[in-house]
Amino acid sequence: MLEIVFLTLIVAAGTGGELCVSHAMKAVGEVHDFRPAALARFVWSAARVGWMWIGIGMMTVAFFSLLAMLSMENVSFVVPVTALSYAAGAIGAALFLREKISKQRWLGVLVVCLGVTLVWLSRR
Amino acid sequence: MKDSPGLHLKTYTLLLFIAFFAPLGNVLLSKGMRGIGSAQDWAPQGLFHILMRIFMSGYIWLGIACLLAFFVAYMLVLTWADYSYVQPASAFSYAVVAVLGLFLLGERVNLLRWSGIVVICFGVFIVGHTHPRTTEKR
Repeated sequence: MLEIVFLTLIVAAGTGGELCVSHAMKAVGEVHDFRPAALARFVWSAARVGWMWIGIGMMTVAFFSLLAMLSMENVSFVVPVTALSYAAGAIGAALFLREKISKQRWLGVLVVCLGVTLVWLSRR
Repeated sequence: MKDSPGLHLKTYTLLLFIAFFAPLGNVLLSKGMRGIGSAQDWAPQGLFHILMRIFMSGYIWLGIACLLAFFVAYMLVLTWADYSYVQPASAFSYAVVAVLGLFLLGERVNLLRWSGIVVICFGVFIVGHTHPRTTEKR
């Protein structure tokens, strides 16, 4: 039961957090300069966007849930199963970030979910 | 929609960076948590004891460093690429994590799990052949 709670937190809070971070990154704008000083400026700019901190907060919840799951199950089981967030992520990206998700991309997401199901079944 | 110069090259480079550092971080965290053991006691004192052991583990800190490197790369690629592209494309890390789990932690990975990982990689391949950006550049 506890494993289901942690798994739900990893998927829901993790995906929600990543969507918020993605929204913040689009506000910062495309990076062209990858030198250390430019990267430091980039991190500073990102830190000043509110969505970034909401995202980090949600991802922190997901992170500690991941730590709890890793203390109970093998890493080669835990990490692939958390890929259920791909379906949630694609829906969230279409609704929240207004991304145009082509049929090919949806197919890819579904194939990833199928792979996750196989990994889940491998546990038994 | 006009692409910036080297869009695909920098996208693939950062995705490879993500695919390596995220699983390495997870494997190091797993190794650290194995040394600490399963959380049996959920009372505040028991939780505090486990948290102290987590913060004193070298593997946990190395894992966190790898995950920080991964996160900066992840932030960078999201400044130009779609989330719905980056998220599934970075799933290649599941193959890397299985290999790391096998060789670094000695975990047994059965045939069905390998099949699942191969299917995940195929899904990543399909997503990787879509355009990284579908929204207008700001």
